[in-house]
Amino acid sequence: MRFWRAPPAADGEGRGLLLVSALALGALILASLALGRYPLSLGAVVETLIGRGNGSESDATAQTIIFMVRLPRIATAVMVGAGLSIAGAAYQTVFRNPMASPSLLGVSAGAGFGASLALLLHLPTIAVEAAAFVGGLAAVGASYLAASRVKSQSLITLVLCGMVMSALFQALISLVKYVADPVDTLATITFWLMGSLAKANGADAATAAAPVVLGGAVLFALRWRISLLALGDHEAAALGADVVRLRIIVILCATAMTAATVCVAGIVGWVGLLVPHIARMLFGMEPGRVMVATATLGALFVLGVDDVARSASIIEIPLGVMTAVIGAPFFLFLVIRARSEQWS
Amino acid sequence: MVVTPAIAIDSLSFRRAERLVLDAISFALDAGEMLVLLGPNGAGKSTLVHCLLGLAAPHAGSVRVLGEDLDRLARREIAKRIAYVPQAGHSAFAFTVEQMVLMGRSAHIEGAGSPSRRDREVVRRALADTGVEHLASKPFTQISGGERQLALIARALAQDTPIIVMDEPTSSLDLGNQGRVLDLMRKLAAEGKCVVMTTHLPDQAFNLKARVALLRDGRLIAEGRAEAVCDLGSMSRLYGAPLLRLSDTVDRGVVGYVPDLS
Repeated sequence: MRFWRAPPAADGEGRGLLLVSALALGALILASLALGRYPLSLGAVVETLIGRGNGSESDATAQTIIFMVRLPRIATAVMVGAGLSIAGAAYQTVFRNPMASPSLLGVSAGAGFGASLALLLHLPTIAVEAAAFVGGLAAVGASYLAASRVKSQSLITLVLCGMVMSALFQALISLVKYVADPVDTLATITFWLMGSLAKANGADAATAAAPVVLGGAVLFALRWRISLLALGDHEAAALGADVVRLRIIVILCATAMTAATVCVAGIVGWVGLLVPHIARMLFGMEPGRVMVATATLGALFVLGVDDVARSASIIEIPLGVMTAVIGAPFFLFLVIRARSEQWS
Repeated sequence: MVVTPAIAIDSLSFRRAERLVLDAISFALDAGEMLVLLGPNGAGKSTLVHCLLGLAAPHAGSVRVLGEDLDRLARREIAKRIAYVPQAGHSAFAFTVEQMVLMGRSAHIEGAGSPSRRDREVVRRALADTGVEHLASKPFTQISGGERQLALIARALAQDTPIIVMDEPTSSLDLGNQGRVLDLMRKLAAEGKCVVMTTHLPDQAFNLKARVALLRDGRLIAEGRAEAVCDLGSMSRLYGAPLLRLSDTVDRGVVGYVPDLS
C-alpha cells in the first residue's frame, strides 16, 4: 500500500520506533492500573505490583483492585488488541486484500453466533471457544468461496461477500437471542456481544491468551513464507511456497485468534482493519518487525480505548461502539483510496 | 557423454473444460539456450509457461527439468531450478524493491528461518546486475513499470536457478527498457542459463539470435532459428493478419514485422 510517508528504510530507525511503542505500551499498562473509579497513585501501583506494601487496609484494597479487577481486564484488552490486529494483518495478506479484517470477512459474526449458541446451551468455556472457532471458520470459508465464484478482480467483492456472511450470522444471532431465556441467558448474550471488557476476569484473560499467543507464535514463525502470499498464488508458488497448505495454516490461526477474542470481549470491530494499516505505515513491510509492531499497536489501541470506555462517563461505553466510531470513517477513507490507486 | 537437457517437454497436453489448450507439445532446451515463444493471443503461451513452472498440471505428457520429472518435485525444489518473471502488475502492498528481490531467496531458506547475511549479499548483487540498486529502498508501488520489470528480473537472479522463464517481460516497456531487458537476457544465456520468454515481437527473437517456437491453437507449428522460422508467410499465418516485413537492419540479422493496413 502506498502511504503519504515512505516506510522507514533504515533498520535502526524501525527498531527505535518499535522500542518506543513497546515502552508506550508498558507505560499505558501502568497508567491503566492506576486509573479508575478508585484512583490509585502510580507509586501505590508499583509498590503493590512488586509486593512491597505496609500491610495496611488501603494496601489490601489496592491488592484486590489491581490483581482481581484491573490486571485481568488489562491483560484481556492487550490480548484482544494484539489478537485482532495480527489476525487482520494475516487475513489481508492471504487474501491479498488491504480491506480484509475479522469483522469485514464475517469471522467475528460467525464466531459470535457459534459462541452464543454454545452459551444458549450452557456449555463449558472450552466448548464456547470451540463453537466460536467453528462459526468463524464457516464464515470466512463461505465468504472466500462466494468471492471466488464471483470471479471479479475488485477488492470490494470479498468485503461485500464478507458483509453478506456477517449479516447472515447476525440474523442467526438474533434467532439465538429470540429463543434465549429472557431472565438470564438473553442479557448475558446481548451485553457480551456489544463488545465489553467490563466483566473480564483472570479466566477470560487466559481464555484469550492461549489461542492468541499460540496462533501468533505460529504466524510469527512462518512470517517470511506468509509474506510471499501477498504476491498472489502463482508468484508465491514459483518462489517455492506451498500455497494451499500455507493459506490453510494462516486462516486456521487467524480464525482461532479472532474466535478467542470474540469469546471474551464480544464483537469488537474495526481493530483488525485499522491497526495493520497503521503498523505498515509506520514500520514498512519487513515481516518480523511489522508483525511485532502490529501486535504492540493493537494492544495499545484496545487498551487505550477501553480506558476511555470505562472512565469517560459514569456508565461504561461498550468497547465495540467506541472502535466503530473510530474505524468506520477510516474504512471509508480506505475505499476512496482504493479507487484512486486502482488496487486490483 | 550424454548431456541432460535443461528442459525436456514430451507430448505435453493440457485441457481446460474439455477444450484442448495445449496439444502434444514437445521440445528440449539445453543450458545456455534461449527460446522465444511466439503466438497470437489465446494460443496457449501462458498455459505452456504455467505447465513449465509446475503451476498447472498437464493431463498428458511430461515436463522434465534437469532430468527430473516436474510432478515428482516439491514446490521448493522446483523453485531452486526454475525462476519465474511474471508481468509486472500492481500490488496493494508496498514492499520495498529490496524486500521484493529478497523474496527470491525463499527457496533457499529453511522452514521457519529468515534471510541470512549471504542471502542479502546475493540480493545486493542481483540488484547491481540489473542496474536497480539505487531503487533498493523504494516501495515497489512507487516505481515505473520498467523499473518494476527490472526488479522482478533481479528477483529471478537472486533465486539463483539454472532456468529462467519470463512471461512477456517487455510488454509494458518503452524501447530503451526493452533493450535493457533483452541485453540482460542475452548475458544470462551467455553465462549458461537456460532462458524461455514469451513475446508478441518477432524482432526480439532475431535480436537475441534465439531459438523460436511458434504456438498456434495449442500446437507447436514450427521451431528453429529465427531466420529459418520467422519469414513473412509464416508470421502472417501465425497471427492471421497481413503483415509488413521491416528489413532495414537485415545486414545486422534483425527483421521486424508490423501490421499491414493497406
